[in-house]
Amino acid sequence: MKNSHNTVSHYSSFMSGEGLLLLALKMRTFIALFLILAFFSFMVPSFLATSSLVIMVKHIAINAFLALGITFVIITAGIDLSIGAILGFCGMVAGWLITKGIVLPMFGIAIFPSVWLVVPIVLVIGGLIGAVNGVLITRYNVAPFICTLGTMYIVRGAAMLLSGGETFTGLAGNEQLGNTGFELIGTAKLLGLPYAIWMMFILAGVIAYIAKKTQFGRHVFAIGDNEHSAELSGVKVRSVKVWVYTISGLCAAIAGIVVSSQLVASHPATGVAFEMNAIAAVVLGGTSLAGGRGTIMGTLIGAFVIGILADGLVMMGVSEFWQMVIKGVVIILAVIIDQKQSRLQHKAAIVQQK
Amino acid sequence: MSDAHADIVIRAEKISMIYPGTIALNEVDYRVYRGKVNVIIGENGAGKSTLMKILAGVQKPSKGTIYLNDAAVSFNNTRDAASKGIGMVHQELNLFGNLTVAENIFLGREKQHGLMPLDTAEQHRVTAELMARLDQDIAPSELLSNLKVGQQQLIEIAKALADEADVLILDEPTSALSKTEVELLFKVIRDLTAQGVSIIYISHRLEELMAIGDHITILRDGNFQAEAEVKDIDVPWIVREMLGSDPVSNFLNPGRHFGKPVLDVKQITLINEMGHTLVDDVSMEVKSGEIVGVYGLMGAGRTELMECLLGLQKYSGEVMIAGHNVPAQMDTSDRIRLGICLVPEDRKKNGIFPISSVSNNMTISSLWRRLKHRFSIDEEAEMSAVASAIGDLSIKVSSPDIEIRALSGGNQQKVVIGRTLLTSPKILLLDEPTRGIDIGAKADVFEMMVTLSEQGIGVLFSTSDLKEIMAVSDRILVMSGGKLTANITRSEATESALVSASAQGL
Repeated sequence: MKNSHNTVSHYSSFMSGEGLLLLALKMRTFIALFLILAFFSFMVPSFLATSSLVIMVKHIAINAFLALGITFVIITAGIDLSIGAILGFCGMVAGWLITKGIVLPMFGIAIFPSVWLVVPIVLVIGGLIGAVNGVLITRYNVAPFICTLGTMYIVRGAAMLLSGGETFTGLAGNEQLGNTGFELIGTAKLLGLPYAIWMMFILAGVIAYIAKKTQFGRHVFAIGDNEHSAELSGVKVRSVKVWVYTISGLCAAIAGIVVSSQLVASHPATGVAFEMNAIAAVVLGGTSLAGGRGTIMGTLIGAFVIGILADGLVMMGVSEFWQMVIKGVVIILAVIIDQKQSRLQHKAAIVQQK
Repeated sequence: MSDAHADIVIRAEKISMIYPGTIALNEVDYRVYRGKVNVIIGENGAGKSTLMKILAGVQKPSKGTIYLNDAAVSFNNTRDAASKGIGMVHQELNLFGNLTVAENIFLGREKQHGLMPLDTAEQHRVTAELMARLDQDIAPSELLSNLKVGQQQLIEIAKALADEADVLILDEPTSALSKTEVELLFKVIRDLTAQGVSIIYISHRLEELMAIGDHITILRDGNFQAEAEVKDIDVPWIVREMLGSDPVSNFLNPGRHFGKPVLDVKQITLINEMGHTLVDDVSMEVKSGEIVGVYGLMGAGRTELMECLLGLQKYSGEVMIAGHNVPAQMDTSDRIRLGICLVPEDRKKNGIFPISSVSNNMTISSLWRRLKHRFSIDEEAEMSAVASAIGDLSIKVSSPDIEIRALSGGNQQKVVIGRTLLTSPKILLLDEPTRGIDIGAKADVFEMMVTLSEQGIGVLFSTSDLKEIMAVSDRILVMSGGKLTANITRSEATESALVSASAQGL
């Protein structure tokens, strides 16, 4: 008992000074979000109007799908550069299926699947591309950066090849072919909020649940922390990694469907460099690129910070070039603060342990 | 006395090295004879490495003086020691596979001035000279990664000689070498001593010491124990001096009962990619409730054997765990579910998840045991399992949510042991479980092993410490060169028999 009393007093003395700082650092994404919101609502008069907020969150949702998907990859100390390309490719596949159908030359017919079939097909394709990434990385020992850089080019090229670089338009479908309704995914609302926003929160909830409450989630963190130990502890490292990249591809496919549905058209260059925004959101959210540390909530808030910053600056009339500079500064600041936090956290743990 | 001094190149007087809490060296006197092979030996923790680090300038002694050729010297760093003619070849090679032999030898002291390009010709000329001196046919422009381990070892020696080393410290130079490579190394050592170089040779392999040594110095528990000419002594004398006559402590109660075999291994063989046989036709069994110790030197194949049992290596042979036949391709997680678990040797590299919490570190192997609806983790069950393991193993931790890297080595080790226990193993493998933890924690680990065995768990542990193996084993296996060279019950085991079995076939 005496021992535990000692611990408490040590801990409380730490709490007074650096402890508060540590708490502030831990909450930093929240604080950043709050500050940015406060700043823009002060600077832009109509910033907090419901209509502009909804549009902003709709924008955020696209990045959030990608960021949520890639969070597990980054927690395992990997990276996925192909998600922007998968987004574009999956949009193109959806566009192809709705406007051209599945052509069967031997029968001289084309089958037009209904939207209820198009969506699952596209999701499976996205997941499969992710799985291919995972297999290449685990089986053939290709570094994740290089592997997904390669698949990024391949998938982007494939998207271009699907239409020869053209845009598929008229994704609303055709009443007579029975494949209408695709545009509803991006435009319809439930309780006043677009589907996309609901989907973002549901996906965040599902991924957070997987991270916190399932074996798989624990295994993801374990691999990122120490892959050797994970192997010895009975974690199926390879299969977990393949699934992690599959989830990333699947989330990119969701984003691809939502984007092409919102535009009611699919263009093969959609999503170029989106992976960078997604990685930025994950890092802002406190996930370490070195692996083993991160939260889903952090990623979601990170996506909000990036999105609000981008749209807010547009509303303020800041030039596109300055927007880039500011985004870059914010990302680097976030990582510096993250380093500071992990050092302080380690120190706090040692003090608490003594 | 003055005559004797002429032969002595280094004389260390009353060297002490005091760390907070421990005395690594206690007023040790040490002499190195010129042009001879000076062997130094002692158990793990006897202080040989510390003494060598002091001579090589890695550390400064707390007290004491070193005389080099009768002049008092003190070294600020390794470069300082090297400039005075003392070079050291560490057990782990510090070489770079992507550089050439010459580049490795001149790394950090390249022949180059100002903005002039590297003088590659001069570097190659000196390297070629060194190779000639070592009687090796290795081109200076050869990539280091193309050389065999034994040749790489010689490059390390050449590196020291390039500094004009007069005294060369070799720390366990043969631990990674094959038999022919060892002979090659011995020939080089004899050539060097003939050229007047003095060698300090550290090794655990007694036969080797008898073959190559001229003078032998024995350290025990940080004290100077004995010194002799190798021609006057024999192996039993060394063992006696090394271990002393203190009674070996015994953690086992008399009248222990064993049940059915929980681990039954037949003819396990492991051959690595290079074609070396790391585990050679090993058959053995461990009964429920029995503690079996595996003794052997570094590279004897103990770790590799355990890795085979856990399915981390592609081996041939038969393994039965708790009565279940285990196919060779079965993966680790399925084996763990059958009831086998490993506490690995290198805790930092293979044991802990440093930035994860103590609680997550403990439960990672056994999450499958605590699921709700076979899917989500039952956090209440998890918390209570962690709390009881912390209590049972008396782990000192302020909260299970703390990062494990904040704990001391001994407590980290207990957490790793706790992880294996939460899987409810039938057979527990511990690879050097006491490495790098203090004496108090060691005793805790031993007591825990005994308690577990009394609960019916079979325990297989490895160590290179004779006292440890005598203290907690019901039965002792000795490995040497991948082969099982002895399988004896504790009551029949003698230390010298174990030592000679561990050197068989080397």
